[in-house]
Amino acid sequence: STPWRTAYGGKYRVTLIHGDGVGPELMQHIKAAIRCVRAPIDFEEIPLSSNVASDEMFERAVTAVKRNGIALKGNIASQNTTQSLNVLLRNRLDLYANVVRCKSNPLIPTRHSDIDIIVIRQNTEGEYSSLEHECVPGVFESLKIITRTKSLKIARFAFEMAKTKQRKKVTAVHKANIMKLSDGLFIECCREVASEYPNIKFETMIVDNTCMQLVNRPAQFDVMVMPNLYGNIIANVCSGLVGGSGLVAGSNYGDKYAVFEQGTRNTGAGIAGKNIANPCGFLFAAANMLKYLGLDEHCSTIKKAVLNTIHDHKLKTQDIGGTATTSEFIQCVLTEITQMTPQTGFDYEMQHAKSYN
Amino acid sequence: TSSTIGSVDSPRTVTLIPGDGIGPEISNSVQKIFDAADVPINWESVDVTPVKSPDGKFRIPPRAIDSVTKNRIGLKGPLATPVGKGHQSLNLALRKQFNLFANVRPCKTIEGYQTPYTNVDLVTIRENTEGEYSGIEHTIVPGVVQSIKLITEHASLRVCEYAFLYAKQHKREKVTAVHKANIMRLSDGLFLKCAREVAEKYPEIKFEEMYLDTVCLKMVQDPTQFDCLVMPNLYGDILSDLCAGLIGGLGLTPSGNIGENGAAIFEAVHGTAPDIAGQDKANPTALLLSAVMMLKHLQMYDKAERIEKACFETIKNGKVLTGDLGGKSKCSEYTSEICKRIKDSS
Ligand SMILES: Nc1ncnc2c1ncn2[C@@H]1O[C@H](COP(=O)(O)OP(=O)(O)OP(=O)(O)O)[C@@H](O)[C@H]1O
Ligand SMILES: Nc1ncnc2c1ncn2[C@@H]1O[C@H](COP(=O)(O)OP(=O)(O)OP(=O)(O)O)[C@@H](O)[C@H]1O
Ligand SMILES: [Mg+2]
Ligand SMILES: [Mg+2]
Repeated sequence: STPWRTAYGGKYRVTLIHGDGVGPELMQHIKAAIRCVRAPIDFEEIPLSSNVASDEMFERAVTAVKRNGIALKGNIASQNTTQSLNVLLRNRLDLYANVVRCKSNPLIPTRHSDIDIIVIRQNTEGEYSSLEHECVPGVFESLKIITRTKSLKIARFAFEMAKTKQRKKVTAVHKANIMKLSDGLFIECCREVASEYPNIKFETMIVDNTCMQLVNRPAQFDVMVMPNLYGNIIANVCSGLVGGSGLVAGSNYGDKYAVFEQGTRNTGAGIAGKNIANPCGFLFAAANMLKYLGLDEHCSTIKKAVLNTIHDHKLKTQDIGGTATTSEFIQCVLTEITQMTPQTGFDYEMQHAKSYN
Repeated sequence: TSSTIGSVDSPRTVTLIPGDGIGPEISNSVQKIFDAADVPINWESVDVTPVKSPDGKFRIPPRAIDSVTKNRIGLKGPLATPVGKGHQSLNLALRKQFNLFANVRPCKTIEGYQTPYTNVDLVTIRENTEGEYSGIEHTIVPGVVQSIKLITEHASLRVCEYAFLYAKQHKREKVTAVHKANIMRLSDGLFLKCAREVAEKYPEIKFEEMYLDTVCLKMVQDPTQFDCLVMPNLYGDILSDLCAGLIGGLGLTPSGNIGENGAAIFEAVHGTAPDIAGQDKANPTALLLSAVMMLKHLQMYDKAERIEKACFETIKNGKVLTGDLGGKSKCSEYTSEICKRIKDSS
């Protein structure tokens, strides 16, 4: 099936889901950057957040993403709602794959260098199935569901991505020594798919060992694929290793739709409204979105502008060891973008859909 | 000379399970070091190789069980996990037999052993009896598998109580409850509720709640912000290994399994290392530090500190180290060096 794309009069429409914490403020900056790079994008704003979380608003968000095929999203805090709206949204849109690329950047000093990991996480089942009950008072059961269909699908996605990105190895992360059936099934599916890709190395690793290896020798990892909860853990560990929440972008793909967001999916409630949030992760997410739409030059311009801001102008936000405010940083990014963008905008062709960026 | 403040003078009998692979070598090393420090402990060595019981199943020999039941304290080397299906892991059996509900792993930077992380000093306390390890799994229809995570109020309260007690006894300032209650609202929600309930009884200890993913993120960025962490089984499994990684891996990390009424088994978390077994190459540090934890559990703080100091100084000094730490010395040489430092210090 082909991903859905709307291009009325040569313009794409993108849904902006505000979310909580730093989401709304960063969204404004992202809009400015996308306008500045003269990308042919219209925005449809959906102020869905934990405070504006009526069923109606939620449905509006779902419909908007379905209509436009694509969204940029702030994380929605889990307070005030009976279920995580983030999870509900992913399930409704069947965004089965979450992708977080963590790459070390010489401009951002971290403990490890040479990291370039693509974390691919099953996004719609496992521990996030929201099936829980109280058996007797004081005893709760929570169900983890692993299916063959979804495991095969995410495994296929991982190997396809490894192939297109010319990666050498896929590591499947699991805990099949304890969860013999469920994680066992996941591994079995990965192995099945792996056999069709003889040029890509395949290995499995137990999740606790994986974490230990990650903090010791992260450079050994290439593409990683895993069930939902382990993905949550690994993506955060990897993001932490390359500089943190504010720096890393993430994307969610289904057969039809794609949603782009911060890689670690935090709201950053503690730093909201203070003009100190790091906009890099969101900017990279927006750039990835542009690339997904076929706007490659717009994408690389934004990315380059961000890197120039850090490198040439020595601007960094607090979380990565600088003193710049969000708006100072963004101002500089916008100036950079302007310098790189022709008056008439980049030439581009309306593209056929790609399955991911 | 040593004072014995807070220590128990009469010798205490402790069950020793030397284990498989390098187990016997490193256990021997610990015994030598304890002798050098005149620790008032009698070792009762037992074999836990499974024997066939009348019902045809393989079980831990009764003598081993009797010994731990009587002594209530054990030190355990690594055990080879039996290969093949349906065979219960011995580690699990011991855990069940003695109701070892909390797994405690201190992770402290070892000076002289360089890792990218410095000044790490934290403790993970993991619920050890339920959660994702309940072993309840089934195939609902072909291709759909369900695995049940079990969280009970009883077990959650018990491990949280222990975490706060540990924090208090070890003069720790903060306990962080690690959870995923934004997703698993009922099960992790219950764990969190229990943690909050216990926290109220310890106003002198700071209490903090944090999502598992956020802990992972912050842990690799700056582990010094953490002190004690308490969490359900699977999260503990993962985080305790992650934290061990920060200080250099399993070869240096001790652990203790705490049961009810003071029963406890202390063990090195590394495996049997069959590749180097019997060659006098193994590093006994993890088991030694586990034994030191045991001394602290028995309130023999003075002996514990002397041994710990001698061990850390030997590593810091860097002249006598085993192969895994980049040295050329034998296990026996490393052991003698620690013994020598203990004797010199008294
Ligand atoms: N854009 C950003 N720039 C800088 N730091 C960020 C950004 N987003 C998140 N962070 C930081 O990441 C860390 C984790 O985020 P946060 O506090 O939101 O997590 P949480 O409260 O556990 O989860 P949630 O916010 O999803 O409920 C915090 O230290 C936060 O300040
Ligand atoms: N105490 C130790 N001293 C030196 N090297 C060790 C020690 N423990 C483990 N190693 C090394 O670490 C590696 C992993 O060994 P470990 O025993 O943990 O796992 P394993 O070989 O799979 O054994 P098991 O099957 O018992 O888990 C091996 O190369 C081993 O030599
Ligand atoms: Mg928050
Ligand atoms: Mg483990």
